[in-house]
Amino acid sequence: MDYIRDFFVNIARSWTAWISTFLPDWGVSLVNYIVVGIILVLMPVLATLTLTWMERKVIGRIQNRIGPNRVGPWGIFQAIADAVKMLIKEDIIPDRADRPVFNLAPILIAGAAGLLWAVMPFGRRMIGADLNVGVLYIVAVGSITTVAVIMAGWASNNKFALIGAFRVVAQLLSYEVPMILSIATVVLLAGTMRMMGIVEAQVIPFIFILPVAFIGYFLAAAAEVGRAPFDLLEADSEIVAGYFVEYSGLKFGWFYIAEYGNLFAVSAITATLFLGGWRGPFANAVPALGPLYFIIKTILVVFLLMWIRGTWPRFRIDQMLAFAWKVLVPASLANLLWVAVVLKLPLPAPVQWILMLGGNLLILFVAATLLGRAAKRDAAKHSLTPAAV
Amino acid sequence: MQQVMFIVLSLVTLAAALMVVIARSMFRAALWLVLTFFGIAGLFILLHAEFIAVAQVLIYVGAISTLIIFAIMLSRGVMDPDARRFNDQWGVVAGFGAVLFVLLAAVVTRTRWPVALADVPADAIQRLGGDFVGSYVIPFEVASVLLVVAMIGAIIIAREQES
Repeated sequence: MDYIRDFFVNIARSWTAWISTFLPDWGVSLVNYIVVGIILVLMPVLATLTLTWMERKVIGRIQNRIGPNRVGPWGIFQAIADAVKMLIKEDIIPDRADRPVFNLAPILIAGAAGLLWAVMPFGRRMIGADLNVGVLYIVAVGSITTVAVIMAGWASNNKFALIGAFRVVAQLLSYEVPMILSIATVVLLAGTMRMMGIVEAQVIPFIFILPVAFIGYFLAAAAEVGRAPFDLLEADSEIVAGYFVEYSGLKFGWFYIAEYGNLFAVSAITATLFLGGWRGPFANAVPALGPLYFIIKTILVVFLLMWIRGTWPRFRIDQMLAFAWKVLVPASLANLLWVAVVLKLPLPAPVQWILMLGGNLLILFVAATLLGRAAKRDAAKHSLTPAAV
Repeated sequence: MQQVMFIVLSLVTLAAALMVVIARSMFRAALWLVLTFFGIAGLFILLHAEFIAVAQVLIYVGAISTLIIFAIMLSRGVMDPDARRFNDQWGVVAGFGAVLFVLLAAVVTRTRWPVALADVPADAIQRLGGDFVGSYVIPFEVASVLLVVAMIGAIIIAREQES
């Protein structure tokens, strides 16, 4: 019974004890690193297999249809059918494409999606590498995607792929700023950049103290991943595929895996930073429940993102960049300033939290009012108001 | 183990830096530069400066490499892979390069570098932040002013002419 209470950690210990019987010390470390590496790299692939099914079902129900239901009960093997189809497609490389760069781009993007999983806290003492700069590492790995996108766009030897890559880079760079500002607010409140430390500091989940930071990070991360309504990068119904239009077969598969791996990782980060990660009822007494709560919270955020995808229309590029710089950045900055000021006041912690929550609601109210007025001005300019009709 | 990692990282960094200079296509040279930046980030990690390593990846690979690649793409005639790589003065330049190498090697190997033998403190990041607004506040503020000036300049240059 005691073994099951801390199941995953005990399994790891038994495994290490077993292989130490016939391997030297460095062999044990090497084998453990390889095993953990394989598990973490499999996370994007796992995410793709399960989340594509979930997405098609969820969006199908939102659009009042059933979604895939032929391949297996409720269509759960649809992803495997898609994978097989992708694997057996012909691998086409454009005529004067830059071959090494062309082949390297999907690997880099999928690699960045996999590297994110090294710092995810699944439970107490279940983390790949508890870096001192965990959240900064996440942002840095996200910025590798920027270079990989330019590589893909340029190496395709295709004007439209290149322009698509430029737009993607503009979007990624613009939305890094509110993302980092929101993360900085959470780091200020938690007092540490370690992912484990942030989870352990969440006596009450941070979404109840810093809703503006949650919204800022959520939208900025959705834009970073290229998720609707920010998905003009691929815009399946408009510009075919943007920067990876020339990729076919397994290379397109890698982009696909990277997208869903990023989606899953971003949801996991949101769950860690704002929803309390692996915390939950009885998680302290039974640490093996930690990963369960973590997965549940992550799936909740994934469902929220899919819900948004099925409901909201797509942004134009200028609307999207204006939203980042004119709305998210000032709101996140104001939030950061307010939290920094409140943390310096000599008040007990719960009073500080209530003050922060009040400041956040004020920021939300002001932002909503200003946005409403701007929308009315815009509608009047284009004579869409009822009075002009 | 540390020796092995250091040798591997240094070789990767130096080889990538060499390829930056002798690559035929400028775009590939920029990509080799990205690999150099990764190598340097690895060297920072060997020195227990994780914050600086991650900041290196975030700033250099994420932003500065993108800027360099855009600058290469937007300059005319720079991307032609069939142009001559070296002009006629390469002999003189190689000579001066060798002299500079000998000078630098002599200086680097003979200086007594002040190396701190203590371990990196556990709260290095807090101390870094404290120093930014403590003893190094003036360079910090001057750098902020410089960044604001650069942003304003970029906006003015890229603004649509409202005539």
